Amino acid sequence: MLDDFFIRALLAGIGIALVTGPIGCFIIWRRLSFFGDTLSHSALLGVTMAVFFNINISLSVFVISSLIAIMLLRLQKTTKLPGDALLGLLAHSSLAVGLVVIGFLSSIRFDVMGLLFGDILAVNQNDLLLIWIGGALILLVLKLIWKPLFAATVNYELAEAEGMKPDKYNTIFTILLAAIIAISIKIVGLLLITGMLIMPAAMARNISNNPIQMVKLSIFGGLLSVLIGLFSSLKFNSASGPSIITAALLLFCLTLIKFKKVSELKK
Amino acid sequence: MNKEKKVLLKIEDVGLLKNDKWLVKGVSLEVKQGEIVTLIGPNGSGKSTTAKIALGIYKEVEGKVKKFTNKIGYVPQKISVDWTLPIRVIDFMSLTDEPTNEQINIALSLTGVEHLRDKSLGNLSGGEFQRVLIARAIAKQPELLVLDEPVQGVDFKGEVVLYELIKKISEELNCGILLISHDLHVVMSATDFVVCLNGHVCCSGTPQVVAKNNKYQELFGDRASSILSLYEHKHDHTHSQDGTIKRKQ
Repeated sequence: MLDDFFIRALLAGIGIALVTGPIGCFIIWRRLSFFGDTLSHSALLGVTMAVFFNINISLSVFVISSLIAIMLLRLQKTTKLPGDALLGLLAHSSLAVGLVVIGFLSSIRFDVMGLLFGDILAVNQNDLLLIWIGGALILLVLKLIWKPLFAATVNYELAEAEGMKPDKYNTIFTILLAAIIAISIKIVGLLLITGMLIMPAAMARNISNNPIQMVKLSIFGGLLSVLIGLFSSLKFNSASGPSIITAALLLFCLTLIKFKKVSELKK
Repeated sequence: MNKEKKVLLKIEDVGLLKNDKWLVKGVSLEVKQGEIVTLIGPNGSGKSTTAKIALGIYKEVEGKVKKFTNKIGYVPQKISVDWTLPIRVIDFMSLTDEPTNEQINIALSLTGVEHLRDKSLGNLSGGEFQRVLIARAIAKQPELLVLDEPVQGVDFKGEVVLYELIKKISEELNCGILLISHDLHVVMSATDFVVCLNGHVCCSGTPQVVAKNNKYQELFGDRASSILSLYEHKHDHTHSQDGTIKRKQ
């Protein structure tokens, strides 16, 4: 039952859940869910560029997503458009440009469904290496910048006034976000990455009262979603990426019920 | 004045242009160790703006801003913390620094909120939150404190206690304080140097000098200058133990 491909899928899923847990918390705290969406849309452009120039997909996605993210930070400071409008603008223009470029690549076909929803069961050794090394790097950087980033998340002005350099750390965080999207695009697909990022963190928010606890629970929730999702996809022969997200949804609903009971007890 | 006091903050001729309007222009001031400098002025006169320029929150400004310390505690006038963040008072206390447990407890008890230590920040009342903000700023033992209307929303009794605390902190930690306050009583009695703002520095000096300035009287009315005479009066006699008044020579 437990074939090689399934072990690899498990390892990949676990690796990704370990990283999306803490990053997802920051996405929720900083209200960046839509930002994650924009970056993953821009990943389509990244993938087509990779095919076009025949370079590594993850690298290309990382570069394009980082560029889009930095462009967004610039635009936010220089235009009078609200943040959500800018996000929509960038998301759809990168999506459109990506699709146009695909049109020119008629000679090459690639698995569009796999791109949109990911294919965790097709993970190979190189992918695993990328996930675990890339993921470890992301976590390491996040740990190093935790304090100033958290301060900037709580209050920009306090962080700036007390010398925590929030602009610098906001930019680094944005690049981390592009990196996690780059390493997980093949596994969960560009439509579901944001789900993988925010759902474990959202369920953790329901049952935690301090930041560290929320990060731990978020990692735990992500791991549980991966395990439940993958095993049920094996059992029911359902698509694995969407199964993981569905498992996360169920867990989220569970935390809602528990949360209600706790708050009733308090009354 | 003691010349050995270290200058902590110096701004020279700063101005901020926003949407073709000068929010402040030509403001200079200096905060030294162990000194309380107060900014006063009507609403919209640029007090908070000046503080934010001094702190480096506004970066594209005219003039020179020099900070000579990195240990800064800031109590902003308005703070919006996003309550999607699960954060307790204790987490908030070490937001920008690593104060020891003892320092945190002392700071919280000084501002009278030690019982809120493990409460969620989102559940505090306005006044409680204000006290926590002050506690956070002093727990890190700053060299420079910037307090923007620090006692807003605090009850009357607490207000007096907190202002006394601020005075005490400036002596004990020997830190410089830049204070923004509408409470002219406090400003005139507890401050070393007053800067009266109205888009520009309209007058500045020791409280005694400022209170006698015509521009200050125009800005705040006659009653404002009588506040000082109240304090000066306070010091022209002492009471002996049976309550009789002893005049000073």
